[in-house]
Amino acid sequence: MTPWLMAGLLFTPLAWAVLTLFPAFRLGRVLTRLGILAQFLVAAGLWMTVAQDGGFYYPLGGWKAPLGIELRVDGLAVTFVVLTAVVACACGWHAGDYLSPETGRHRYFWPLFWFLWAGLNGVWLGADLFNLYVGLELISLCSVGLVALAGNVGALRAAIRYLLAALLGSLAYLLGVALIYGQFGSLSLAGIQALVASAESFPGAGVGLFIMILGLALKTALFPLHGWLPPAHGIAKSPVSALLSALVVKASFYIAARLWLALGEELGSFVLAQAVGVAGALAVILGSWLAFCQSRLKQVVAYSSVAQIGYLFLLFPLTFGVPDSVVQLAQQGIALQVISHALAKAAMFLAAGNLILSVGSNRVEALAGVSRFLPFSLFSFALAGVSLMGLPPSGGFTAKWLLLQASLASGQWWWLAVLLLGGLLSAAYVFRIYRASFVESRGQDQFYHPPRVLEAIPMMLALMSLCLGFVSEPVLAVMSLPFEEGG
Amino acid sequence: MASGALLPVFALMTSLLASLIIFTLPEDRGRVRTLVNIGAALIKLALVAVMIRGVAIGQEYLLAFDMLPGVEFVLRADALAMLFAGLSALLWLLTTIYAIGYLEASPNRSRFFGFFSLCVASTMGIALAGNLFTFFIFYEMLTLSTYPLVVHRGTPKALRAGRNYLIYTLTGGAVLLLGIVCLHGLVGDLRFQEGGHFAGAGPELRGALPWVFFLLVSGLGVKAALVPLHGWLPQAMVAPAPVSALLHAVAVVKAGAFGIVRVVFEVFGLESAQSMGLLSVLVVVASVTILYGSAMALYQVDLKRRLAFSTISQVSYIVLGLCLFGPVGAAGGLVHLVNQGIMKITLFFCAGNYAETLGAHRIDELDGAGKRMPGTSVAFTIAAFGMIGAPPLAGFITKWMLGIGALAEGMDWVVGVLILSSVLNAAYFLPILHRLWFRERTTPWPKEYRWGRLETSVWLFWPPLMTAVMTMAIGVFAAMPFSPLAWVILIVSREVAL
Repeated sequence: MTPWLMAGLLFTPLAWAVLTLFPAFRLGRVLTRLGILAQFLVAAGLWMTVAQDGGFYYPLGGWKAPLGIELRVDGLAVTFVVLTAVVACACGWHAGDYLSPETGRHRYFWPLFWFLWAGLNGVWLGADLFNLYVGLELISLCSVGLVALAGNVGALRAAIRYLLAALLGSLAYLLGVALIYGQFGSLSLAGIQALVASAESFPGAGVGLFIMILGLALKTALFPLHGWLPPAHGIAKSPVSALLSALVVKASFYIAARLWLALGEELGSFVLAQAVGVAGALAVILGSWLAFCQSRLKQVVAYSSVAQIGYLFLLFPLTFGVPDSVVQLAQQGIALQVISHALAKAAMFLAAGNLILSVGSNRVEALAGVSRFLPFSLFSFALAGVSLMGLPPSGGFTAKWLLLQASLASGQWWWLAVLLLGGLLSAAYVFRIYRASFVESRGQDQFYHPPRVLEAIPMMLALMSLCLGFVSEPVLAVMSLPFEEGG
Repeated sequence: MASGALLPVFALMTSLLASLIIFTLPEDRGRVRTLVNIGAALIKLALVAVMIRGVAIGQEYLLAFDMLPGVEFVLRADALAMLFAGLSALLWLLTTIYAIGYLEASPNRSRFFGFFSLCVASTMGIALAGNLFTFFIFYEMLTLSTYPLVVHRGTPKALRAGRNYLIYTLTGGAVLLLGIVCLHGLVGDLRFQEGGHFAGAGPELRGALPWVFFLLVSGLGVKAALVPLHGWLPQAMVAPAPVSALLHAVAVVKAGAFGIVRVVFEVFGLESAQSMGLLSVLVVVASVTILYGSAMALYQVDLKRRLAFSTISQVSYIVLGLCLFGPVGAAGGLVHLVNQGIMKITLFFCAGNYAETLGAHRIDELDGAGKRMPGTSVAFTIAAFGMIGAPPLAGFITKWMLGIGALAEGMDWVVGVLILSSVLNAAYFLPILHRLWFRERTTPWPKEYRWGRLETSVWLFWPPLMTAVMTMAIGVFAAMPFSPLAWVILIVSREVAL
């Protein structure tokens, strides 16, 4: 059973990417929807396997490392595989109705979408540094292509900027990989971890780790390296923005987090951990403030991503030099934050896309009266906002709760202030949108109604992020499942 | 056990489901909406009544599961929960009836009633929450679901009030969350428990607990409108009258006060809170709030604003009662949770009636309204006398219990506060009554509507009269079983070993 699931997980996206390369938009849509269903079932199946039997290492084609490619399928990886399946399903389905079939270039959405999915799965399951690099590059190139799909001058400019930032980040990462390889002669993360634990000092390895994290931070748009993100996410088509904000930035963060958790204790330093945390805190505060100041709806959502990404980097200080129980709290909190932000942000971008379609303008003030005409999309937007604000019962709330507990238990109380203030600031920008929609104006009485399915998808995502809080316990239980060696 | 665990969930679900159904109803399906609204309110009232009977004979309704490792979600029906749940179920029914009439021809009714039901669901959750974590979930849900009601009219004034409401309540929520997390960090997950948890707390806890108490109470104090955290309340008056009625009588303000009751009684425990010296600070804050609210009410010319300041003052009676450190004072405070709710909702219903029927918003526009709207004015008069504390009305019971409680504990100055406050109450209510009954109308009403036979619409006419009758009944039949006072004495006997 397991070999079939693994094969399905990695090769369906690649096969579908090739399949959808040539047909027109409509045929591509039909093919993709079939593939989406298959892929979703495979992801769910793998999740159930892991939930039942625990995690395992899986050598591709039976070739073990160091010769072959070995995948690590643990609770965390499989949770992210399922998350990707859910969000990609939603965005792919939404895109089929959202993108106009008449525009020729839109047919390239499908192959890019599938390559992106393959890259993401590769990153979640990758067990060695070089494979992670390959996955990361695949993701970056597809994302740039997807941004450029919008087709206008602004989009091309944003895409080029994104491309340069992403390449710079990848190169920095590759440089770090080279340094680490030179030091240890191994690329497998578990292998390096074992080597680090066994010997005393490694001149240069710390620099390697630092450079890798720096490159990954650039790709994750950590403040102050966030400049490329808002233009790219703001100008892309809504389903694309949703994919990018929900999943793509998480991939580079995921690698950074795995590196840090494996090597940080030995190769990192307190100053580095705190510095990353401070950058995250600044991202939370300034990102939220900038989101509040934006006059265009999708820019608000894009800057909100900058802020929400900031929370993720609190993982670094909260797992360095603290007891194991705190490390676990922080890990769980961050993982929940990743999941709930992915669901909520995807919902928010898709809902924002509907609102923009409906009022025909990207400006926040144009939303006046929309609460009467498009309550469903607005409600999805607001529910997603609840999760971003970290208010109960959403997944964002349980994540925040765990992080608050972790900061308190680690004695690093200053992060408490960041977490609470960040919640209030995000309330400010979410409610600004909501408030604009409550304004009663006589101006516009004609609104376009998007098709039902476009309204239903963000609502489902938003409800999932909202209800995540109630099922946090079982989700976390699967996430913390350990490996069993071999496969 | 199975049915016992599900009853609280059902009580919560009725309004949650009602809200979902209403959100999906098209704007023009008024009759279905009315049916769903009133049906859900009746079902909920019945469920709560069943639970009240069960709790009275000592049955336990409990639902608990882990939401996070080591953090529970608990719904539990105990005597204190039923006091609040009973109040909100009863007043929800009346307010729904009133709101249907009030909003008859206005736009966005689906949105309004959807959030209205959501708001009541949160109130129910607050009542039934079995630990601080669960309490916080519904406390924040209440904030979110009342915002759309406050800004319902969409005018710049309403939006401004809504913004201030959010700034106050969300900040308060963050402080509360901080307090809860700190408490959790100190002692882990604590269910509410009669008598509290810290009776035998060691010195290492006693250093930190006052700070936690401060955080919790200042977070809750925002909604309870303790001075100086009350700024949002008078502004929130721009909301439609049924919303104001609900906000002041059961939902928001009461949620804060109820939270303080839970923290003092069932987290800290009355005795340990007293022995740590926490209550003597709170009693001063409560007294200041009582006098400040009453004094400010004197200066208001807008009827609803005057009522708002009166709420600030009256809700602090509840807090004051807790701080008297005696069973009698505690009973007085708790019974005011119900008494104030019923009296204040009457006053707001009446204010809404004057505004909707006569177009009168300011107090000086009410001259001679008694003759034009006798039913409403009688209700208003009864409730106003109740607030002043005239026997045998509901408010008298409160003040009597508080006064005796204060004397029993040797806090004589509190009696002075009570008397001064009653004088102020009279000073701001009696002029209104004078205008209603003893002034002649010389000019036409600002904006009059005719409804046929009755003085106002049927939907608007009966709810205030019913609550006015209740105001009298609570006072007169205070000694009967299942009266609020009897129930409160049951609670207090379980909280404090008499």
